[in-house]
Amino acid sequence: MIGHLQRLLERARAVFRGGTYDREFDAEAESHIQLAIDENMRRGLSEEEARRDALIRFGGLLRSREQHRDARSLPFIEVAIQDLRYAVRMLRRERAFSFVAVIILGLGIGANAAVFSIVNAILLQPLPFENPRELVWIEQAKATSGLSSATYSVDAYEGFRARNRSFQDVTAYYAFSSPENSRLGGIGSPQPITAMSVLGNFFQVLGVEPVLGRAFNADETRRGGRAAVLLAYPFWQQQFASDPRIVGRVIDLDGRPVTVVGVLPARFDFGAVFSPGRRVDAFVPVIPDEMRNWGNTLSLVARLRNGVSIERADVEARAIAPELYFNVKYTDSKGSYTARVIGLKEHVSGQLRRSLVVLWCAVGFTLLIVCVNLANLLIARTGARAKELAMRAALGAGRGRLARQLLTESALLSVMGAIVGVGVASGVVRYLAHQGSVTLPLLNAARLNGAALAWTLLIAAASCAAFGLGPAMKLSATDLQSALKDESHGASAGRSHHRLRSALVVSEIALACVLLVGAGLLLRSFLRVLDVDLGFRPAGVAAIKIDVDDGGRAERRAAIFQETLQRIRSIPGIESAGITDNLPLEGNRSWGLQAKGKQYRDNELPGAFVYMITPDYLETMGVRLRSGRFFSWGDGPASQAVVLVNETAARYLWPGVDPVGQIAVINNRDTRVIGVVSDIHETSLEKTGAWQMYLPAAQAGPVGAILTIRSPLPASAIAPGIMSALRSLNPRQPATQLRPVELSVDHAVSPRRFFVVLVASFAAFGLLLASLGVYGVISYSVAQRTQEIGIRMALGASASRVQRAIVWQTMRLVIVGVAIGAAAAAVLSRLIASMLFETAPTDAAAFIVTVTLLACAALAAAALPAYRAAHVDPMRALRPM
Amino acid sequence: MGESKLDLIQGTLDIMVLQTLAVMGPRHGYGIARRIEEISGNQVLLNQGTIYASLIRLQQRGWISSEWGTSDNNRKAKFYSITKRGLKQLAEETAYWTRLSSVMERMLAMEAEGGRA
Repeated sequence: MIGHLQRLLERARAVFRGGTYDREFDAEAESHIQLAIDENMRRGLSEEEARRDALIRFGGLLRSREQHRDARSLPFIEVAIQDLRYAVRMLRRERAFSFVAVIILGLGIGANAAVFSIVNAILLQPLPFENPRELVWIEQAKATSGLSSATYSVDAYEGFRARNRSFQDVTAYYAFSSPENSRLGGIGSPQPITAMSVLGNFFQVLGVEPVLGRAFNADETRRGGRAAVLLAYPFWQQQFASDPRIVGRVIDLDGRPVTVVGVLPARFDFGAVFSPGRRVDAFVPVIPDEMRNWGNTLSLVARLRNGVSIERADVEARAIAPELYFNVKYTDSKGSYTARVIGLKEHVSGQLRRSLVVLWCAVGFTLLIVCVNLANLLIARTGARAKELAMRAALGAGRGRLARQLLTESALLSVMGAIVGVGVASGVVRYLAHQGSVTLPLLNAARLNGAALAWTLLIAAASCAAFGLGPAMKLSATDLQSALKDESHGASAGRSHHRLRSALVVSEIALACVLLVGAGLLLRSFLRVLDVDLGFRPAGVAAIKIDVDDGGRAERRAAIFQETLQRIRSIPGIESAGITDNLPLEGNRSWGLQAKGKQYRDNELPGAFVYMITPDYLETMGVRLRSGRFFSWGDGPASQAVVLVNETAARYLWPGVDPVGQIAVINNRDTRVIGVVSDIHETSLEKTGAWQMYLPAAQAGPVGAILTIRSPLPASAIAPGIMSALRSLNPRQPATQLRPVELSVDHAVSPRRFFVVLVASFAAFGLLLASLGVYGVISYSVAQRTQEIGIRMALGASASRVQRAIVWQTMRLVIVGVAIGAAAAAVLSRLIASMLFETAPTDAAAFIVTVTLLACAALAAAALPAYRAAHVDPMRALRPM
Repeated sequence: MGESKLDLIQGTLDIMVLQTLAVMGPRHGYGIARRIEEISGNQVLLNQGTIYASLIRLQQRGWISSEWGTSDNNRKAKFYSITKRGLKQLAEETAYWTRLSSVMERMLAMEAEGGRA
């Protein structure tokens, strides 16, 4: 047993040390022969005869060396290495072919590895928390108007936490934290940062341990307790240069001294999980007692008890919800809640599943096209090499050995393709992971990790089998003897060969057709979304968060706003300016709105999105007035409460009458409707029909202020003037960037754009490959038929007629391919129906454009061979080669 | 020539080499080949070169060891000697071959009897 194992090891070693062993054998053989000569000469033979006899008796030197090799080493590995050497030589000799093949494969494999990395990060990998499967998301079951109808009040949260038996603990975060909502002072010019408010137990429930310091304690979540902040890792690195003694330091947040109690780990990325595309710099504790009257503001996250299923927790939550109080001070505030429990992972990425699977399929299709293309190239090459292969067969190589040689070449291509692919993928993944503007959750966690590399290896092997087996099998079916005899240059396989290649090209066209139709449908949806009438005109409007120190007094706030706007408007190049506390497509708080004097059923009315604005804001944003008037500075704190409502709300609340002049009830306050404005797209570009209302900032209590400016100049041109004006009004104004409002629109469409761009580039790649395939087959057939064409032309066929024949041949391929592809696309496109916007899966335009595109590409690909065919010189074509 | 026959001959050659080394002490390849030729009356080795495949095989198994040295007539040669494990292996093989050949002998004798009947 030991002997066998030892021998195996020795043999394996010998594979790599063949040279040494060969030299050793040669020395030994030489000594052997010398000893034999000596003995022969002692017996009286002449030196020449002695040598002759010694050599004869030793037997063939080469054969003995071969036997020695077989005995000491592992012959099959030696053969593999030999094959590999030969393959490297072949691929080197055909540099152009190898280059094209490796690049095509590299792009195909790279695209697959990249998409896998993304799918893996978003869909497959568990969330980066402790026991992530136990974490669930709790939201209201019918979230009709944005976050306010999905979240819970502090009292409701506390009630839920106390009553449930399904969860180890329930926590929450403040759902309305807006970007750059805090100001870090004490460092020269104040800097805007994004601070997220979370409940004291937030990090314990998620199982996130600070790398420095600790999480919040009970004292820090009490009203009047010590002000504390936890820093996000990147913020700590950038702002505090990774200061290891940061814990305990007091920093200036919004003019208050706040103690840093800890630093969170680098892998904890709140934004990636809970608010894609957003960066969070710091965490401050929610102080429940300060927020009891704020309404629904908390998004709930909980950890299931051991052994409790999501379904059971859901049943319990649904039962508890109606028992919860909006505010325990009011006994009639019970019964407004609903609940449903879903896995946190499901909440984060569940909606993306279909899109990602479609993306995955699209990239798989691309790889399939790559394989078909390569199979085609390789078969053409096998055809061209028929003579060489026949020669090798004649010299004693078996068919199996030749097939293995071809497979080795395919495998080598695959490996090289995979290496290029990994390079491509790592670049692409790094680029995509750093696209802060794409609001896909967990995208920034995408890495080309071990799983992705394993996947790459798998698809490389699969594609090697896919494109390599064809030619190898084709070889076994070829009559090698006739190939050797064949006079014409390697045209052995003839018709069946050509038919196979045509079939491959047809399938390439069909696959490309499916991809193109899919891309076309997605692109059309994307354009339709971009074309949506938002209800406001974001182009030319820029926004900046401003710091307002009104000491909590409404009169003072109105005065500050008015003064600010006057200063801003006096800057040259500014058309108009207004202030709001929320921008469309960003925050989405909603309040109750009803017509006075009417009775409504429970939960009949959806909440209305609330904007607290100054005069000129709606004009600046380009919101259209339907009737009545906009606000004026006369609508102040002391005058009558007034409101503007949108058309959808007005139609429902005052059907058939003029809403202007009617009284609405908002927060138990009678408010006069002074105008009706156009609906705007509030939460997304796709959805519409929500209720919206606008209150004068001077009468309501806005949280924060965003200055909006309409100007024909680019934001960068007007920014300095605006910033100096704001600074002169308020030296504490942080150095916030002036952002074009179009960026919010861009943000909102970014996931859609992400998928469209990827699928479209896969489709474009597929189209290119299909064209390449058409080119290959047509030019091959032209080369094959040079003589025939020559004869035809000699007999009087015109060049245009020859060209027509080639074009017709191409069109036949396209027609069959497109027919199959379009039929498949018609079936498959139904699967992406949910990703489409105002576009039917059978959208005629997408199909027509695809077919036209494919036909044009194929004809373009056939143009060169057609030209060549038409310029065949009959004399030369007919002369024997 | 079938593979099983080749195996038998290979295996047999290995035992002859071991036996030669066990009886005669360290030898170079030529010496071993000559010895086997003498004993077998030139019936085993078609070519002397074949011996080297056997030698490397035995060496890889750890049954013999080798060392470059100088022959009686001052020629450089590689000398092989049997190891302890080789001796053990030889003992096993000898027992096996003795049993096999006695059985074979009896079998063949029986066949001759039956043929006469």
